[in-house]
Amino acid sequence: MLSFVMRRLGTMVLTMLCLTLVVFFLINLEPNLKKLAISQTEMRTTAEQLESWLQRNGYRQNFFIRYGQWLGVVQKQPNIDPATGQAVARFRFCNEPAVPTYSGVLQGDFGCSTKFKTKVSTKLFPALGSTGILMFWVLVTMVPISLLIGILAGMREGSRTDRTLSVASIATTATPEYVSGVIFTVIFASWLGWLNGSAASASQGITFYNFTLPVMTLAIYGIGYIARMTRASMVEVMTQQYIRTARLKGLSFGNVVVKHALRNALIAPFTVIMLQFPWLLTGVVIVEVMFRYQGFGYTLVEAAGNNDIDLLLGCSLVSVFIVLITQLISDVGYAYLNPRIRVQ
Amino acid sequence: MQIEFIGAFQVFLGVLARFWPVWLAMAIVLVASFNFRKHLGLYGQLFDSGVGIAGVSICFFWLFTAIFAAQVAPFDPLAQIPIMKDALPGAIEPASKQVYLFGGDKLSRDVFSRMVFGSQIVLIIAPAATAFALMVGITLGLPAGYYGGRIDSFLSFLANLVLAFPVILLFYLLVTPGIMDTPIPYAMAGVFFLFPIIFFSVLFYTRFKSRPERIYLLLGLTLLLGGWVYVGLVFDADPLGIISIDPNQLNIFVAVVFASSPGVFRIVRGLTMDIKTRDYVAAAQTRGESPWYIMLWEILPNARGPLIVDACLRIGYTTILLGTLGYFGLGLAPESPDWGTAIKDASRLLRSFIHPALPPTIALMSFVLGLNLLADALREQSMKD
Repeated sequence: MLSFVMRRLGTMVLTMLCLTLVVFFLINLEPNLKKLAISQTEMRTTAEQLESWLQRNGYRQNFFIRYGQWLGVVQKQPNIDPATGQAVARFRFCNEPAVPTYSGVLQGDFGCSTKFKTKVSTKLFPALGSTGILMFWVLVTMVPISLLIGILAGMREGSRTDRTLSVASIATTATPEYVSGVIFTVIFASWLGWLNGSAASASQGITFYNFTLPVMTLAIYGIGYIARMTRASMVEVMTQQYIRTARLKGLSFGNVVVKHALRNALIAPFTVIMLQFPWLLTGVVIVEVMFRYQGFGYTLVEAAGNNDIDLLLGCSLVSVFIVLITQLISDVGYAYLNPRIRVQ
Repeated sequence: MQIEFIGAFQVFLGVLARFWPVWLAMAIVLVASFNFRKHLGLYGQLFDSGVGIAGVSICFFWLFTAIFAAQVAPFDPLAQIPIMKDALPGAIEPASKQVYLFGGDKLSRDVFSRMVFGSQIVLIIAPAATAFALMVGITLGLPAGYYGGRIDSFLSFLANLVLAFPVILLFYLLVTPGIMDTPIPYAMAGVFFLFPIIFFSVLFYTRFKSRPERIYLLLGLTLLLGGWVYVGLVFDADPLGIISIDPNQLNIFVAVVFASSPGVFRIVRGLTMDIKTRDYVAAAQTRGESPWYIMLWEILPNARGPLIVDACLRIGYTTILLGTLGYFGLGLAPESPDWGTAIKDASRLLRSFIHPALPPTIALMSFVLGLNLLADALREQSMKD
C-alpha cells in the first residue's frame, strides 16, 4: 500500500511538472507577452518601449531559466536600473528582494501578481478559502440528496419511482451551470424575489439570501451524475445472492436495504464523488463569475483575462493539485473500502 | 412610434407555425422509422421505449431546425432594428409586420431567429468535434489496450495529463485571440485531422490486403478525400475553394477535440483490455491475423455498443463545452448567435429583462437532454441483447 501511494505521488509530481511547463509555455507565447506589456505600461507606447519593458523585467531571458526561477531552482535576478547601474527590486509592490535569491514555488514564493499589484499568495489563498466555503456547502447539499435519489431509484429497478427519478437525474445532467444559474435567477430572484441574484455581498457575510443560488446552481449539475452512479451500483448489489438470502431468511425489505445493500452500494459513489471535484472546478469558475463571488474561479478568470503570469501559474498549480490529489484519495479510499482489493 | 404587441397565445401559435418545415420533416421521418422499426436494427429498437422516442424526437427537432434555419427564422440573426431594442415577446416590427416572437435583445436583434441560427453552429461543431475525438481516441486507445506495456504507460500518462487540466483553464490558454498568431492551433489541427485518414487507411488496408482491386480503390478514395479535406481545413488551401474554416472556429474545434479525446481514449482502452481476452480474439491470433486487423475488425465492432452510447453523451457534453466557451466569450465572435454567447449577453442584464435569456438556455438544455435520453435508451437496448 505504501509503495503504491509513493509511486502515485511520484507520478503526481511528474504530472505537475509537465503541466506547469505547458502552462508556462502557453502563457509566455509572444502575443501574450505583448498583451501583458501593453496592459502594464498603460499608455500609448511604441513597440520599442514595450520591448524594453519586457527586457527590463526579465521576460526576455531563456525560457527554461525563467521556468527554473519560477520553480525555485534558479536564482531570480533583480533588475538593473540603467540610470544608476544599481540593482533594484523587479516589482516594488510585492517587496521582491534586490539581491539574487532562490525564490520560487519550492521556497513557497508564488511570485507577483501584475494585475492585483500584490503577492500571488496574498491574493490566491483568501480566494481559495472563499471557494472552500462554497464547496463545503455544495457538498453538504449535493452528496446526501444524490445518494438518497440514487438509493431510492436503485432499490426497486424498473419501478415507477425508479423511472421518474432516473429521468429527473438525466435532466439535471443536461443542465450546465450557466443554464441552471440563469433559470434559477429568473425564477427565484427576478420572479419570486426570494433570493439575491448576486453573491458579491457574501464575502462580508454569508446568508441564506445571498448564498443559496450559487450553491444550488453548482449542486444541481453534479446531483444527477452521482445519483445515476449510485443507482447503477445499488441495482447491481440488489441482484446479488446475499441480498436474496437475507430476504429469504425473513428480513424486511427496509432492513435488507439499510443493513446489507447500502454499505456495498456506496463504494462506487465514493469514487465518483471524489472524481467529481475536477468537474466542480469548472463549475466553480462559471458560478463565481455569474454570481460575482470573489473566490478562486473569479481569480482565475481575472488572471487569464489579464495574462497575469504568476497568478495564472499559481491558479493552475492549485487546480492541478486538487485534481490529482482527489484522484489519489479516490484510489486509496476505494482500496480501503473494498475488502476484495484490500486483501490483494 | 408605438409598437404593437400580440398576445401570449398568439406568440405560442406563431412559434408553432414558424417551425412548420421542422414539423413536416419530423413527421415524415418519425412515422417512417416507426413503421419500419423492425428492420432498422439498433435505431429501430429505440422506438420501443418512451424515453427513446422522446430522445430521438428532440434530436431530430434540433437537427431539422438547423437544416431549415433559413426558412424557420423570420429575421437575420445579426440584423439590428433599433426600434425593437429590448422589445418584449410578441412585439410587431413596424416595417415588415413580422413578429419578434421571443422579443428583442439589447442590440435589438430578434431572439427567436438567433436561437434558431444558433442551433446551426452547435449542430455542426459538436458532432464533428465528437467524431474527431472518437477517431483520435480509438486510434490511440486500441493499441494502448491491446499491446499494454510501454505504449500503454506512455499514452495513458499523456491522457491523464490532459485530463488533469481543468477544462476551463485549458480553454483560457488555448482559445485566445493571441494564439491565432502562433502556429500552435494549426499544428494541433494538423495532428488531429491526420487521425481519420490514418484510421480509415489502416481499416481498409488490413481488411482488403489480399484483394488488390478493392484496396487500391478504397485507399485511393480515402487518401484523396481525406487529403482534400485536410488541405482545406489545416492549410486553408483547398484548390477548389469549397472547404474552408474560419480561423476562430478552427481554434475552438481543435481545443474541443483536444479536451475530449482523452476521455474516449480511456474508454476504448478499457474496452480493448476487456475484449482482448475473448475467445474470438484468440481464434484470430491463432489464424495469424495481424494485430491491427484484430484491433479494427475483431475488437472494435464488439466495442461499438458502449462507444455509441458514449458518443451520444459526448455530443451533449461537447455542446455544453461550446456553451462554456461562448459564456466566457472565448473564440466565437461576439455577435455570433450561438447559444452560449447569447446566454452570456442575456445573463448580464437579468435584472432588467429576462426574456432574451430563456430561449437559448432552454434550447441548449433540451438538446443536451435529448442526447442524454437517447444515450440512456441505447444503453437499455444494448443491455437487453
